[in-house]
Amino acid sequence: MPGQAAELVFDEATKEYPGREGAAVDRLSLTVPAGEICVLVGPSGGGKTTALRLVNRLISLTSGDIRIDGTSVMDQDVVELRRGIGYVIQQVGLFPHMTVEANIGTVPRLYGRSKSWIHTRAQELLDLVGLDPSYAARYPAQLSGGERQRVGLARAIAADPPLMLMDEPFAAIDPIVRARLQDEFLRLQLEVRKTVVFVTHDVDEAIKLGDRMAILRPGGKLAQYDTPMAILEHPTDDFVAEFVGADRALKALALHTVAEMELGPPSDGPRVAGTTTCRDALALMIEKRVDRLAVTGDDGKVIGSIAREVLVP
Amino acid sequence: MIVAGGPVIPNFGQGSSCEVNNGWFCPDWVSEHWHDTLQPALIQHVELTVIAVAVGFVIAFALALLGFRYRLLDPPIGLVSDFLYTIPSLALFQLLIPITGISVTTVEIALVSYTLLVLYRNMIEGLRTVPVELVDVARGSGFTRSQTFLRVELPLALPAILAGLRIATVSTISIATVASFVIAKGLGSPIFIALEQDVFKTEIFTAGGMVVVLALVADGLLVLLQRRLTPWARLGRTA
Repeated sequence: MPGQAAELVFDEATKEYPGREGAAVDRLSLTVPAGEICVLVGPSGGGKTTALRLVNRLISLTSGDIRIDGTSVMDQDVVELRRGIGYVIQQVGLFPHMTVEANIGTVPRLYGRSKSWIHTRAQELLDLVGLDPSYAARYPAQLSGGERQRVGLARAIAADPPLMLMDEPFAAIDPIVRARLQDEFLRLQLEVRKTVVFVTHDVDEAIKLGDRMAILRPGGKLAQYDTPMAILEHPTDDFVAEFVGADRALKALALHTVAEMELGPPSDGPRVAGTTTCRDALALMIEKRVDRLAVTGDDGKVIGSIAREVLVP
Repeated sequence: MIVAGGPVIPNFGQGSSCEVNNGWFCPDWVSEHWHDTLQPALIQHVELTVIAVAVGFVIAFALALLGFRYRLLDPPIGLVSDFLYTIPSLALFQLLIPITGISVTTVEIALVSYTLLVLYRNMIEGLRTVPVELVDVARGSGFTRSQTFLRVELPLALPAILAGLRIATVSTISIATVASFVIAKGLGSPIFIALEQDVFKTEIFTAGGMVVVLALVADGLLVLLQRRLTPWARLGRTA
């Protein structure tokens, strides 16, 4: 079975459908470094999902190439290719006739892993995604939406694929559970370090999860590919600026914690923890009508202060 | 064309008064003729049904594989099984006797043709209604085409297939009674004979009742099989 993380390269990847005007994905070129999360984001009609499905060849390329660690997807046996790529979709797609354990064991079973190996792996993965190991014997119908999505995630990483494709995995989940799943996904990613291509139409989700964001405009053209910070601070054009939102300055603030900023000497007044985002710190200043907040360290002691003009130069 | 083998004719001269007067139900007649009439008829009836449903299932399954794989074939297959279903059984017997004679084969051909429609339709419907995203995940996870069919599509179609099997079995048990128009086999046979013997009520009711009970028992067994094979189905479909 696979392992590690792979570098993914889109090289002028193009998908056209016969009889349809314009391309669904138009000469998409970008490189996702091994172990990073690349979020494909954009309005509907931007070809995000198409681009994703080009990678595991559920849709075939019209022209251009996609390479995983230097090997073109076109040069690999399609079944072998897919077994080496974790795949998570919005509807989760857990098999209702299989237990959680059998669902998680889907791909390892294709690799010929034994029942006992799958059992051990399922226990390990349930723990990793924050579910009680007793869930192994349940059927998907006995789980909540959030629990199913965790199992879907566990299934996708069960065979330790170097690359994961995630197509709006959290879209159908209520906002509170979604935020928690996003946090856990990031925590999980710190542990497993996969190369991930993640499709969403939600800019905030893209900013939160992405090491890099690829913004696609209608017609499947790449508008900008960069870190969320760079895109928020320097959108290439009006389309990107409008897409990331008029509040992009605030969103950029949310990407930093107070502790990362230049702190002034300790002060009195309202306190914030150093781990608070700059955005929340600014909100607190507005609420408390102050220009400076005391910043506390991990032990709760004041280690400095943050001034309004540092946050809003 | 009626060959009534080993007829059971109530002895009106020596039977009980119930039998002599052709009462609604005479238990003594039933116990007297269980071994020579009713039990053999029941066993034959089960045989007729099992063979018809088994053969029908195999044929319908092969057709469903074709109709599912090659969509163009579905309408013609459906039409033929529709057509077979609409032919009245007595007319079908008349058509078949010149070819297959007065034989079990004639009866089985007719019974099998009646199972095809419901079995085929349920199989196709079951396979078609497998959610596309599950097939998508299966393909995307690296299942081959046959693995997708055997591990995802077929198991998910099982509830519909088994529902079809229940209907086919119960209706075959009922239809198999008309086999007695061709051969003296099955529970239709004592009914047929009783009708000829001044409408001997006990025999008609007993054999008829046995058909009903047999159908209920068969249905019950199939429900148990269904629960055994698809424990997940009663939990409701997942989103």
